[in-house]
Amino acid sequence: MRRTNISIPCRGVADVASRDQLRILAGRLLGTSAAASFILLILLVFAWHLGTMGGSQTGPAVDSEYAKLIGQAAGSQPASAIPSPTAVIGRGVELVRDAFDSQGPNGIGIGWHLLHSLGRVLLGYVLAVLVAVPLGFAIGLSPRLYGALNPFIQVLRPISPLAWMPLALYTLKDSAASAIFIIFISSIWPILINTAAGALGVRRDWLNVAKVLGLSPITKLTRIVFPAAVPMIMTGMRISIGVAWFVIVAAEMVVGQNGIGFFIWNEWNNLQIASMIVAVALIGIVGLSLDQALAWAGQRLSFQE
Amino acid sequence: MAFLTLQDISMRFGSRERGFLALDRVSLSVAEGEFVTLIGHSGCGKSTLLNLIAGLMVPSAGRIMCDGRVIDRPGPDRGVVFQNHSLLPWMTCYENVLLGVRQVFGKTLSPAELRDKVEASLSLVHLDHAMAKYPHEISGGMKQRVGIARALAIEPRILLMDEPFGALDALTRASLQDELARIVEATRSTVVMVTHDVDEALLLSDRIVMMTNGPGARIGEIASVALPRPRDRLALATDSEYADCRARLLQFLYLKQRRQAA
Repeated sequence: MRRTNISIPCRGVADVASRDQLRILAGRLLGTSAAASFILLILLVFAWHLGTMGGSQTGPAVDSEYAKLIGQAAGSQPASAIPSPTAVIGRGVELVRDAFDSQGPNGIGIGWHLLHSLGRVLLGYVLAVLVAVPLGFAIGLSPRLYGALNPFIQVLRPISPLAWMPLALYTLKDSAASAIFIIFISSIWPILINTAAGALGVRRDWLNVAKVLGLSPITKLTRIVFPAAVPMIMTGMRISIGVAWFVIVAAEMVVGQNGIGFFIWNEWNNLQIASMIVAVALIGIVGLSLDQALAWAGQRLSFQE
Repeated sequence: MAFLTLQDISMRFGSRERGFLALDRVSLSVAEGEFVTLIGHSGCGKSTLLNLIAGLMVPSAGRIMCDGRVIDRPGPDRGVVFQNHSLLPWMTCYENVLLGVRQVFGKTLSPAELRDKVEASLSLVHLDHAMAKYPHEISGGMKQRVGIARALAIEPRILLMDEPFGALDALTRASLQDELARIVEATRSTVVMVTHDVDEALLLSDRIVMMTNGPGARIGEIASVALPRPRDRLALATDSEYADCRARLLQFLYLKQRRQAA
Protein backbone atom coordinates (compact mmCIF):
# COMPACT_ATOMS: atom_id res chain seq x y z
CA MET A 1 0.00 0.00 0.00
CA ARG A 2 1.79 3.11 -1.23
CA ARG A 3 -0.66 5.57 0.21
CA THR A 4 0.12 4.64 3.79
CA ASN A 5 3.83 5.16 3.20
CA ILE A 6 3.40 8.87 2.52
CA SER A 7 0.72 9.57 5.04
CA ILE A 8 2.87 12.11 6.93
CA PRO A 9 1.30 15.54 6.31
CA CYS A 10 3.71 17.21 3.95
CA ARG A 11 2.81 20.18 1.77
CA GLY A 12 5.34 19.41 -0.94
CA VAL A 13 4.00 15.98 -1.56
CA ALA A 14 0.42 17.19 -1.52
CA ASP A 15 1.29 19.91 -4.04
CA VAL A 16 2.99 17.48 -6.37
CA ALA A 17 0.05 15.12 -6.13
CA SER A 18 -2.52 17.82 -6.89
CA ARG A 19 -0.40 19.18 -9.73
CA ASP A 20 -0.21 15.73 -11.28
CA GLN A 21 -3.95 15.37 -10.89
CA LEU A 22 -4.43 18.74 -12.52
CA ARG A 23 -2.28 17.72 -15.44
CA ILE A 24 -4.20 14.51 -15.90
CA LEU A 25 -7.45 16.43 -15.72
CA ALA A 26 -6.22 18.97 -18.27
CA GLY A 27 -5.13 16.15 -20.52
CA ARG A 28 -8.54 14.58 -20.21
CA LEU A 29 -10.28 17.85 -21.01
CA LEU A 30 -8.10 18.37 -24.09
CA GLY A 31 -8.87 14.84 -25.12
CA THR A 32 -12.57 15.36 -24.60
CA SER A 33 -12.94 18.53 -26.68
CA ALA A 34 -11.82 16.64 -29.79
CA ALA A 35 -13.73 13.59 -28.67
CA ALA A 36 -16.83 15.65 -27.94
CA SER A 37 -16.80 17.05 -31.47
CA PHE A 38 -16.63 13.56 -32.83
CA ILE A 39 -19.41 12.31 -30.56
CA LEU A 40 -21.55 15.28 -31.55
CA LEU A 41 -20.98 14.46 -35.21
CA ILE A 42 -22.00 10.85 -34.64
CA LEU A 43 -25.11 11.97 -32.75
CA LEU A 44 -26.11 14.43 -35.46
CA VAL A 45 -25.64 11.86 -38.22
CA PHE A 46 -27.59 9.34 -36.17
CA ALA A 47 -30.43 11.83 -35.59
CA TRP A 48 -30.40 12.58 -39.30
CA HIS A 49 -30.50 8.86 -39.98
CA LEU A 50 -33.49 8.38 -37.63
CA GLY A 51 -35.28 11.35 -39.17
CA THR A 52 -34.90 10.12 -42.70
CA MET A 53 -35.97 6.57 -41.79
CA GLY A 54 -39.39 7.89 -40.82
CA GLY A 55 -39.54 10.24 -43.79
CA SER A 56 -39.11 7.61 -46.44
CA GLN A 57 -42.22 5.72 -45.29
CA THR A 58 -44.61 8.65 -45.36
CA GLY A 59 -44.58 8.58 -49.12
CA PRO A 60 -43.80 11.28 -51.62
CA ALA A 61 -43.47 14.76 -50.17
CA VAL A 62 -43.12 17.77 -52.39
CA ASP A 63 -41.49 20.93 -51.22
CA SER A 64 -43.99 23.77 -51.46
CA GLU A 65 -41.35 26.08 -52.99
CA TYR A 66 -40.69 23.52 -55.63
CA ALA A 67 -44.40 23.12 -56.28
CA LYS A 68 -44.70 26.85 -56.76
CA LEU A 69 -41.79 26.80 -59.16
CA ILE A 70 -42.98 24.13 -61.52
CA GLY A 71 -46.72 24.24 -60.84
CA GLN A 72 -49.12 21.31 -60.82
CA ALA A 73 -46.57 18.91 -62.26
CA ALA A 74 -44.82 18.84 -58.91
CA GLY A 75 -47.43 16.59 -57.40
CA SER A 76 -46.72 13.83 -59.85
CA GLN A 77 -42.97 13.87 -59.29
CA PRO A 78 -41.29 10.93 -57.52
CA ALA A 79 -40.54 10.93 -53.82
CA SER A 80 -38.20 13.73 -52.63
CA ALA A 81 -37.76 13.32 -48.90
CA ILE A 82 -34.43 14.28 -47.34
CA PRO A 83 -32.05 11.42 -48.22
CA SER A 84 -30.44 9.32 -45.52
CA PRO A 85 -26.79 9.84 -44.48
CA THR A 86 -25.75 6.67 -46.24
CA ALA A 87 -27.41 7.83 -49.46
CA VAL A 88 -25.60 11.19 -49.21
CA ILE A 89 -22.26 9.56 -48.49
CA GLY A 90 -22.81 7.17 -51.38
CA ARG A 91 -23.67 10.08 -53.67
CA GLY A 92 -20.62 11.95 -52.36
CA VAL A 93 -18.35 9.05 -53.24
CA GLU A 94 -19.89 8.93 -56.73
CA LEU A 95 -19.53 12.66 -57.25
CA VAL A 96 -15.94 12.73 -56.05
CA ARG A 97 -15.10 9.67 -58.17
CA ASP A 98 -16.50 11.36 -61.29
CA ALA A 99 -15.34 14.82 -60.18
CA PHE A 100 -13.32 15.51 -63.30
CA ASP A 101 -15.47 13.71 -65.87
CA SER A 102 -16.39 15.82 -68.84
CA GLN A 103 -19.07 14.32 -71.05
CA GLY A 104 -20.77 17.20 -72.79
CA PRO A 105 -21.72 20.67 -71.55
CA ASN A 106 -24.33 19.52 -69.01
CA GLY A 107 -22.55 16.50 -67.69
CA ILE A 108 -19.26 17.80 -66.28
CA GLY A 109 -18.12 16.54 -62.88
CA ILE A 110 -18.42 18.48 -59.64
CA GLY A 111 -14.67 19.10 -59.62
CA TRP A 112 -14.97 21.11 -62.84
CA HIS A 113 -17.83 23.10 -61.34
CA LEU A 114 -15.69 23.93 -58.30
CA LEU A 115 -12.78 24.93 -60.53
CA HIS A 116 -15.03 27.20 -62.60
CA SER A 117 -16.23 28.89 -59.41
CA LEU A 118 -12.70 29.18 -58.04
CA GLY A 119 -11.51 30.63 -61.33
CA ARG A 120 -14.16 33.35 -61.27
CA VAL A 121 -13.52 34.09 -57.62
CA LEU A 122 -9.77 34.37 -58.12
CA LEU A 123 -10.10 36.57 -61.20
CA GLY A 124 -12.52 39.00 -59.54
CA TYR A 125 -10.56 38.86 -56.30
CA VAL A 126 -7.18 39.56 -57.89
CA LEU A 127 -8.69 42.51 -59.78
CA ALA A 128 -10.10 43.78 -56.49
CA VAL A 129 -6.70 43.47 -54.80
CA LEU A 130 -4.98 45.27 -57.67
CA VAL A 131 -7.40 48.18 -57.43
CA ALA A 132 -8.02 48.28 -53.68
CA VAL A 133 -4.45 48.13 -52.35
CA PRO A 134 -3.06 51.15 -54.27
CA LEU A 135 -6.30 53.07 -53.85
CA GLY A 136 -6.42 52.20 -50.15
CA PHE A 137 -2.88 53.53 -49.78
CA ALA A 138 -3.75 56.74 -51.57
CA ILE A 139 -6.79 57.20 -49.33
CA GLY A 140 -4.86 56.36 -46.19
CA LEU A 141 -2.02 58.76 -46.97
CA SER A 142 -4.06 61.66 -48.29
CA PRO A 143 -6.69 63.01 -45.90
CA ARG A 144 -8.12 65.11 -48.75
CA LEU A 145 -8.64 62.11 -51.01
CA TYR A 146 -10.07 60.22 -48.06
CA GLY A 147 -12.57 63.00 -47.47
CA ALA A 148 -13.49 63.11 -51.13
CA LEU A 149 -13.97 59.37 -51.63
CA ASN A 150 -15.37 58.41 -48.26
CA PRO A 151 -19.03 59.28 -49.02
CA PHE A 152 -18.94 57.13 -52.15
CA ILE A 153 -17.37 54.23 -50.30
CA GLN A 154 -19.92 54.47 -47.51
CA VAL A 155 -22.83 54.45 -49.97
CA LEU A 156 -21.50 51.73 -52.26
CA ARG A 157 -20.25 49.40 -49.56
CA PRO A 158 -23.58 48.26 -48.07
CA ILE A 159 -25.11 47.44 -51.47
CA SER A 160 -25.74 43.72 -51.79
CA PRO A 161 -23.48 42.41 -54.53
CA LEU A 162 -26.42 40.73 -56.25
CA ALA A 163 -28.16 44.07 -56.63
CA TRP A 164 -25.53 44.86 -59.25
CA MET A 165 -26.29 41.72 -61.22
CA PRO A 166 -29.02 42.93 -63.63
CA LEU A 167 -27.10 46.14 -64.27
CA ALA A 168 -23.92 44.16 -64.88
CA LEU A 169 -25.70 41.77 -67.25
CA TYR A 170 -27.23 44.70 -69.11
CA THR A 171 -24.00 46.67 -69.50
CA LEU A 172 -21.43 43.87 -69.84
CA LYS A 173 -23.77 41.63 -71.89
CA ASP A 174 -21.87 38.58 -70.71
CA SER A 175 -22.77 36.34 -67.81
CA ALA A 176 -19.19 35.25 -67.04
CA ALA A 177 -17.93 38.83 -67.00
CA SER A 178 -20.90 39.84 -64.85
CA ALA A 179 -20.13 37.16 -62.27
CA ILE A 180 -16.51 38.32 -62.14
CA PHE A 181 -17.66 41.92 -61.75
CA ILE A 182 -19.90 40.90 -58.86
CA ILE A 183 -16.94 39.24 -57.13
CA PHE A 184 -14.83 42.30 -57.79
CA ILE A 185 -17.36 44.75 -56.40
CA SER A 186 -18.06 42.66 -53.31
CA SER A 187 -14.47 41.89 -52.36
CA ILE A 188 -13.03 45.34 -52.98
CA TRP A 189 -14.43 47.03 -49.85
CA PRO A 190 -12.80 45.09 -47.01
CA ILE A 191 -9.40 45.33 -48.74
CA LEU A 192 -9.84 49.03 -49.50
CA ILE A 193 -10.92 49.99 -46.01
CA ASN A 194 -8.33 47.84 -44.24
CA THR A 195 -5.50 49.05 -46.46
CA ALA A 196 -6.48 52.66 -45.85
CA ALA A 197 -6.65 52.04 -42.10
CA GLY A 198 -3.28 50.29 -42.22
CA ALA A 199 -1.61 53.12 -44.12
CA LEU A 200 -3.19 55.71 -41.85
CA GLY A 201 -2.37 53.89 -38.64
CA VAL A 202 1.39 53.49 -38.98
CA ARG A 203 2.92 54.00 -35.55
CA ARG A 204 4.15 57.50 -34.87
CA ASP A 205 7.48 56.09 -33.64
CA TRP A 206 8.14 54.52 -37.01
CA LEU A 207 7.20 57.67 -38.88
CA ASN A 208 9.55 59.61 -36.60
CA VAL A 209 12.32 57.20 -37.54
CA ALA A 210 11.63 58.00 -41.20
CA LYS A 211 11.78 61.70 -40.36
CA VAL A 212 15.00 61.72 -38.36
CA LEU A 213 16.76 59.48 -40.89
CA GLY A 214 15.58 61.89 -43.59
CA LEU A 215 14.09 59.11 -45.73
CA SER A 216 12.78 60.11 -49.16
CA PRO A 217 9.01 59.78 -49.68
CA ILE A 218 9.48 56.69 -51.87
CA THR A 219 11.75 54.97 -49.35
CA LYS A 220 9.39 55.88 -46.54
CA LEU A 221 6.46 54.37 -48.45
CA THR A 222 8.17 51.16 -49.51
CA ARG A 223 10.31 50.47 -46.45
CA ILE A 224 8.11 51.75 -43.63
CA VAL A 225 4.47 52.46 -44.47
CA PHE A 226 3.92 49.42 -46.68
CA PRO A 227 5.49 46.80 -44.37
CA ALA A 228 3.70 48.37 -41.42
CA ALA A 229 0.36 48.08 -43.22
CA VAL A 230 0.82 44.48 -44.40
CA PRO A 231 -0.99 42.88 -41.43
CA MET A 232 -4.04 45.09 -42.04
CA ILE A 233 -3.97 44.47 -45.79
CA MET A 234 -3.82 40.73 -45.19
CA THR A 235 -6.75 40.96 -42.78
CA GLY A 236 -8.76 42.76 -45.45
CA MET A 237 -7.78 40.17 -48.04
CA ARG A 238 -8.83 37.36 -45.73
CA ILE A 239 -12.24 38.93 -45.12
CA SER A 240 -12.64 39.52 -48.85
CA ILE A 241 -11.90 35.98 -49.96
CA GLY A 242 -14.66 34.81 -47.61
CA VAL A 243 -17.10 37.34 -49.03
CA ALA A 244 -16.15 36.42 -52.60
CA TRP A 245 -16.74 32.74 -51.94
CA PHE A 246 -20.09 33.61 -50.34
CA VAL A 247 -21.16 35.64 -53.30
CA ILE A 248 -20.06 33.39 -56.14
CA VAL A 249 -22.57 30.67 -55.18
CA ALA A 250 -25.46 33.11 -55.34
CA ALA A 251 -24.17 34.73 -58.54
CA GLU A 252 -23.87 31.40 -60.31
CA MET A 253 -27.37 30.43 -59.31
CA VAL A 254 -28.57 33.47 -61.24
CA VAL A 255 -26.33 33.49 -64.32
CA GLY A 256 -24.32 30.29 -64.44
CA GLN A 257 -23.88 27.66 -67.05
CA ASN A 258 -21.43 26.00 -64.73
CA GLY A 259 -19.88 26.51 -61.31
CA ILE A 260 -20.83 25.16 -57.92
CA GLY A 261 -23.76 27.56 -57.51
CA PHE A 262 -25.16 26.48 -60.85
CA PHE A 263 -24.58 22.86 -59.85
CA ILE A 264 -26.68 23.22 -56.70
CA TRP A 265 -29.47 24.96 -58.55
CA ASN A 266 -29.39 22.38 -61.33
CA GLU A 267 -29.50 19.48 -58.87
CA TRP A 268 -32.38 21.22 -57.10
CA ASN A 269 -34.26 21.40 -60.40
CA ASN A 270 -33.58 17.71 -60.85
CA LEU A 271 -34.53 17.05 -57.22
CA GLN A 272 -31.14 15.46 -56.57
CA ILE A 273 -31.21 16.36 -52.87
CA ALA A 274 -28.23 14.14 -52.01
CA SER A 275 -26.08 15.92 -54.62
CA MET A 276 -27.15 19.28 -53.19
CA ILE A 277 -26.08 18.26 -49.70
CA VAL A 278 -22.72 17.02 -50.98
CA ALA A 279 -22.21 20.31 -52.84
CA VAL A 280 -23.11 22.36 -49.76
CA ALA A 281 -20.55 20.43 -47.71
CA LEU A 282 -17.93 20.95 -50.43
CA ILE A 283 -18.58 24.71 -50.45
CA GLY A 284 -17.88 24.76 -46.73
CA ILE A 285 -14.66 22.80 -47.11
CA VAL A 286 -13.37 24.93 -50.00
CA GLY A 287 -14.30 28.13 -48.12
CA LEU A 288 -12.44 26.92 -45.04
CA SER A 289 -9.38 26.09 -47.17
CA LEU A 290 -9.38 29.53 -48.80
CA ASP A 291 -9.65 31.20 -45.40
CA GLN A 292 -6.86 29.11 -43.92
CA ALA A 293 -4.64 29.72 -46.94
CA LEU A 294 -5.05 33.49 -46.52
CA ALA A 295 -4.51 33.22 -42.76
CA TRP A 296 -1.30 31.30 -43.38
CA ALA A 297 -0.12 33.80 -46.00
CA GLY A 298 -0.96 36.66 -43.65
CA GLN A 299 1.13 35.14 -40.91
CA ARG A 300 4.05 34.55 -43.24
CA LEU A 301 4.03 38.05 -44.72
CA SER A 302 3.36 40.05 -41.55
CA PHE A 303 6.17 41.20 -39.32
CA GLN A 304 6.64 39.73 -35.87
CA GLU A 305 7.09 41.66 -32.67
CA MET B 1 32.04 78.55 -29.22
CA ALA B 2 28.59 77.14 -28.92
CA PHE B 3 27.75 74.36 -31.31
CA LEU B 4 24.07 74.15 -30.48
CA THR B 5 22.16 77.17 -29.22
CA LEU B 6 18.59 77.46 -28.07
CA GLN B 7 17.41 81.08 -28.01
CA ASP B 8 14.29 81.85 -25.99
CA ILE B 9 12.46 78.70 -26.99
CA SER B 10 8.77 78.57 -26.11
CA MET B 11 6.49 75.73 -27.03
CA ARG B 12 2.74 75.99 -26.83
CA PHE B 13 0.38 73.16 -27.78
CA GLY B 14 -3.03 74.24 -29.04
CA SER B 15 -4.37 77.77 -29.36
CA ARG B 16 -2.92 80.90 -27.78
CA GLU B 17 -5.79 81.32 -25.30
CA ARG B 18 -6.62 77.76 -24.32
CA GLY B 19 -3.43 75.97 -25.31
CA PHE B 20 -0.90 74.39 -23.02
CA LEU B 21 2.42 76.17 -22.59
CA ALA B 22 5.01 73.40 -22.26
CA LEU B 23 8.22 75.40 -22.44
CA ASP B 24 8.63 79.05 -21.48
CA ARG B 25 11.62 80.94 -22.95
CA VAL B 26 14.32 78.30 -22.57
CA SER B 27 17.85 79.27 -23.60
CA LEU B 28 20.82 76.94 -23.62
CA SER B 29 24.11 76.50 -25.44
CA VAL B 30 25.98 73.27 -25.90
CA ALA B 31 29.63 73.22 -26.93
CA GLU B 32 31.05 70.75 -29.41
CA GLY B 33 32.01 67.49 -27.73
CA GLU B 34 29.95 68.28 -24.64
CA PHE B 35 27.61 65.79 -22.97
CA VAL B 36 24.56 67.62 -21.63
CA THR B 37 21.75 65.97 -19.73
CA LEU B 38 18.24 67.35 -19.31
CA ILE B 39 16.71 66.20 -16.06
CA GLY B 40 13.34 66.91 -14.49
CA HIS B 41 10.09 65.37 -13.37
CA SER B 42 7.95 63.66 -15.96
CA GLY B 43 5.81 66.13 -17.86
CA CYS B 44 8.31 68.96 -17.46
CA GLY B 45 8.81 69.26 -21.20
CA LYS B 46 12.29 67.81 -21.42
CA SER B 47 11.27 65.38 -24.17
CA THR B 48 9.54 68.23 -25.98
CA LEU B 49 12.79 70.18 -25.85
CA LEU B 50 14.65 67.21 -27.34
CA ASN B 51 12.04 66.80 -30.09
CA LEU B 52 12.47 70.49 -30.92
CA ILE B 53 16.22 70.05 -31.28
CA ALA B 54 15.60 66.96 -33.40
CA GLY B 55 13.34 69.04 -35.63
CA LEU B 56 10.32 66.79 -35.09
CA MET B 57 8.46 69.87 -33.80
CA VAL B 58 8.80 73.55 -34.53
CA PRO B 59 8.98 75.93 -31.56
CA SER B 60 6.16 78.45 -31.08
CA ALA B 61 8.74 81.14 -30.42
CA GLY B 62 12.50 81.43 -30.41
CA ARG B 63 14.99 79.62 -32.59
CA ILE B 64 17.42 76.75 -32.44
CA MET B 65 20.76 76.98 -34.19
CA CYS B 66 22.94 73.96 -34.86
CA ASP B 67 26.38 74.54 -36.33
CA GLY B 68 25.35 77.98 -37.56
CA ARG B 69 22.11 76.89 -39.22
CA VAL B 70 18.54 77.36 -37.99
CA ILE B 71 16.78 74.06 -37.29
CA ASP B 72 13.28 73.74 -38.72
CA ARG B 73 13.17 70.05 -39.67
CA PRO B 74 14.96 66.78 -38.90
CA GLY B 75 18.28 66.24 -40.58
CA PRO B 76 21.13 63.75 -40.70
CA ASP B 77 23.34 66.15 -38.71
CA ARG B 78 21.32 65.10 -35.64
CA GLY B 79 21.05 61.41 -34.71
CA VAL B 80 18.14 60.42 -32.47
CA VAL B 81 17.89 57.49 -30.07
CA PHE B 82 14.28 56.92 -29.05
CA GLN B 83 13.08 55.77 -25.68
CA ASN B 84 11.38 52.62 -26.96
CA HIS B 85 14.12 51.69 -29.46
CA SER B 86 11.71 52.14 -32.42
CA LEU B 87 13.42 49.49 -34.51
CA LEU B 88 11.45 48.41 -37.56
CA PRO B 89 10.34 44.85 -36.79
CA TRP B 90 10.33 43.72 -40.41
CA MET B 91 14.03 44.42 -40.84
CA THR B 92 17.07 42.70 -39.38
CA CYS B 93 19.38 44.71 -37.14
CA TYR B 94 21.70 45.14 -40.11
CA GLU B 95 18.90 46.44 -42.35
CA ASN B 96 17.65 48.77 -39.63
CA VAL B 97 21.06 50.45 -39.49
CA LEU B 98 21.53 50.31 -43.27
CA LEU B 99 18.27 52.21 -43.85
CA GLY B 100 19.68 55.51 -42.60
CA VAL B 101 23.23 54.85 -43.83
CA ARG B 102 22.02 54.33 -47.37
CA GLN B 103 19.91 57.47 -47.20
CA VAL B 104 22.83 59.61 -46.05
CA PHE B 105 25.80 58.02 -47.84
CA GLY B 106 24.08 56.11 -50.67
CA LYS B 107 25.08 58.63 -53.32
CA THR B 108 28.70 59.01 -52.32
CA LEU B 109 29.78 55.54 -51.19
CA SER B 110 29.91 52.13 -52.87
CA PRO B 111 27.71 49.29 -51.55
CA ALA B 112 30.78 47.68 -49.99
CA GLU B 113 31.64 50.90 -48.17
CA LEU B 114 28.03 51.18 -46.96
CA ARG B 115 28.25 47.66 -45.61
CA ASP B 116 31.49 48.45 -43.85
CA LYS B 117 29.91 51.48 -42.21
CA VAL B 118 26.92 49.48 -40.96
CA GLU B 119 29.15 46.69 -39.67
CA ALA B 120 31.49 49.17 -37.98
CA SER B 121 28.66 50.87 -36.11
CA LEU B 122 27.14 47.55 -35.05
CA SER B 123 30.49 46.32 -33.79
CA LEU B 124 30.91 49.60 -31.89
CA VAL B 125 27.94 48.49 -29.77
CA HIS B 126 29.21 44.88 -29.69
CA LEU B 127 26.45 43.42 -31.80
CA ASP B 128 28.47 41.85 -34.62
CA HIS B 129 26.90 38.51 -33.82
CA ALA B 130 23.29 39.76 -34.00
CA MET B 131 23.37 41.56 -37.36
CA ALA B 132 21.16 39.03 -39.12
CA LYS B 133 18.65 38.82 -36.26
CA TYR B 134 15.25 40.47 -36.21
CA PRO B 135 14.35 42.80 -33.33
CA HIS B 136 11.92 40.29 -31.81
CA GLU B 137 14.76 37.78 -31.54
CA ILE B 138 16.99 39.93 -29.30
CA SER B 139 16.72 41.35 -25.77
CA GLY B 140 15.58 44.85 -24.83
CA GLY B 141 19.12 45.97 -24.07
CA MET B 142 20.35 44.71 -27.44
CA LYS B 143 17.51 46.51 -29.22
CA GLN B 144 18.50 49.76 -27.59
CA ARG B 145 22.11 49.18 -28.64
CA VAL B 146 20.94 48.73 -32.24
CA GLY B 147 19.06 52.02 -31.81
CA ILE B 148 22.30 53.70 -30.73
CA ALA B 149 24.18 52.10 -33.64
CA ARG B 150 21.52 53.32 -36.06
CA ALA B 151 21.81 56.87 -34.75
CA LEU B 152 25.63 56.84 -34.79
CA ALA B 153 25.96 55.18 -38.19
CA ILE B 154 24.81 58.28 -40.06
CA GLU B 155 27.69 60.12 -38.34
CA PRO B 156 25.62 62.93 -36.88
CA ARG B 157 27.21 66.09 -35.50
CA ILE B 158 25.12 65.67 -32.37
CA LEU B 159 23.46 62.70 -30.71
CA LEU B 160 20.02 63.22 -29.14
CA MET B 161 18.81 60.61 -26.69
CA ASP B 162 15.34 60.53 -25.14
CA GLU B 163 15.51 58.45 -21.96
CA PRO B 164 17.38 55.79 -23.92
CA PHE B 165 17.67 53.35 -21.01
CA GLY B 166 14.38 54.12 -19.28
CA ALA B 167 12.71 50.88 -20.32
CA LEU B 168 15.59 48.59 -19.26
CA ASP B 169 16.26 46.75 -16.01
CA ALA B 170 18.86 48.22 -13.64
CA LEU B 171 21.71 45.86 -14.50
CA THR B 172 21.29 46.16 -18.27
CA ARG B 173 20.98 49.92 -17.84
CA ALA B 174 24.29 50.09 -15.96
CA SER B 175 26.17 48.13 -18.60
CA LEU B 176 24.69 50.25 -21.40
CA GLN B 177 25.61 53.44 -19.56
CA ASP B 178 29.22 52.28 -19.37
CA GLU B 179 29.11 51.34 -23.02
CA LEU B 180 27.66 54.71 -23.99
CA ALA B 181 30.39 56.49 -22.00
CA ARG B 182 32.99 54.47 -23.88
CA ILE B 183 31.41 55.16 -27.30
CA VAL B 184 31.08 58.88 -26.62
CA GLU B 185 34.71 58.94 -25.52
CA ALA B 186 35.79 57.11 -28.67
CA THR B 187 33.69 59.11 -31.13
CA ARG B 188 33.97 62.48 -29.31
CA SER B 189 30.26 62.96 -29.89
CA THR B 190 28.23 65.90 -28.77
CA VAL B 191 25.28 64.51 -26.84
CA VAL B 192 22.05 65.88 -25.43
CA MET B 193 20.28 63.28 -23.33
CA VAL B 194 16.97 63.33 -21.49
CA THR B 195 16.79 61.31 -18.31
CA HIS B 196 15.14 61.20 -14.93
CA ASP B 197 17.86 59.12 -13.37
CA VAL B 198 20.16 61.21 -11.18
CA ASP B 199 23.03 58.70 -11.15
CA GLU B 200 22.85 58.21 -14.90
CA ALA B 201 23.12 61.96 -15.38
CA LEU B 202 26.11 62.20 -13.04
CA LEU B 203 27.92 59.29 -14.58
CA LEU B 204 27.67 60.54 -18.15
CA SER B 205 27.32 64.32 -18.25
CA ASP B 206 29.59 67.31 -18.42
CA ARG B 207 26.66 69.51 -17.51
CA ILE B 208 23.27 68.72 -16.07
CA VAL B 209 20.35 70.97 -16.95
CA MET B 210 17.65 70.84 -14.28
CA MET B 211 14.21 71.79 -15.51
CA THR B 212 11.36 73.18 -13.45
CA ASN B 213 7.94 71.58 -13.47
CA GLY B 214 5.50 72.48 -16.22
CA PRO B 215 3.37 74.05 -17.41
CA GLY B 216 5.68 76.73 -18.64
CA ALA B 217 8.81 74.78 -17.76
CA ARG B 218 12.12 76.66 -17.67
CA ILE B 219 15.68 75.85 -16.84
CA GLY B 220 16.01 75.92 -13.07
CA GLU B 221 19.69 75.31 -12.49
CA ILE B 222 22.66 74.03 -14.42
CA ALA B 223 25.28 71.92 -12.65
CA SER B 224 28.73 71.29 -14.07
CA VAL B 225 30.05 67.85 -13.31
CA ALA B 226 33.79 68.19 -12.91
CA LEU B 227 34.49 64.50 -12.38
CA PRO B 228 37.44 63.12 -14.35
CA ARG B 229 36.84 60.60 -17.10
CA PRO B 230 36.65 57.70 -17.52
CA ARG B 231 34.28 57.54 -14.59
CA ASP B 232 34.00 54.36 -12.62
CA ARG B 233 30.67 53.84 -10.93
CA LEU B 234 32.23 52.00 -7.99
CA ALA B 235 34.85 54.67 -7.31
CA LEU B 236 32.25 57.42 -7.70
CA ALA B 237 30.22 56.03 -4.83
CA THR B 238 32.79 57.37 -2.35
CA ASP B 239 33.79 60.51 -4.26
CA SER B 240 32.97 63.76 -2.43
CA GLU B 241 32.46 65.82 -5.62
CA TYR B 242 30.00 63.19 -6.78
CA ALA B 243 28.19 63.28 -3.47
CA ASP B 244 27.95 67.09 -3.56
CA CYS B 245 26.61 67.11 -7.10
CA ARG B 246 24.15 64.37 -6.28
CA ALA B 247 22.91 66.23 -3.22
CA ARG B 248 22.38 69.34 -5.31
CA LEU B 249 20.38 67.45 -7.92
CA LEU B 250 18.27 65.69 -5.33
CA GLN B 251 17.60 68.94 -3.53
CA PHE B 252 16.46 70.55 -6.73
CA LEU B 253 14.24 67.65 -7.74
CA TYR B 254 12.75 66.75 -4.38
CA LEU B 255 12.73 70.01 -2.44
CA LYS B 256 12.50 72.90 -4.88
CA GLN B 257 10.52 71.11 -7.58
CA ARG B 258 8.60 68.65 -5.45
CA ARG B 259 5.63 67.28 -7.31
CA GLN B 260 2.29 68.39 -5.95
CA ALA B 261 0.41 65.41 -4.62
CA ALA B 262 -1.88 64.46 -7.47
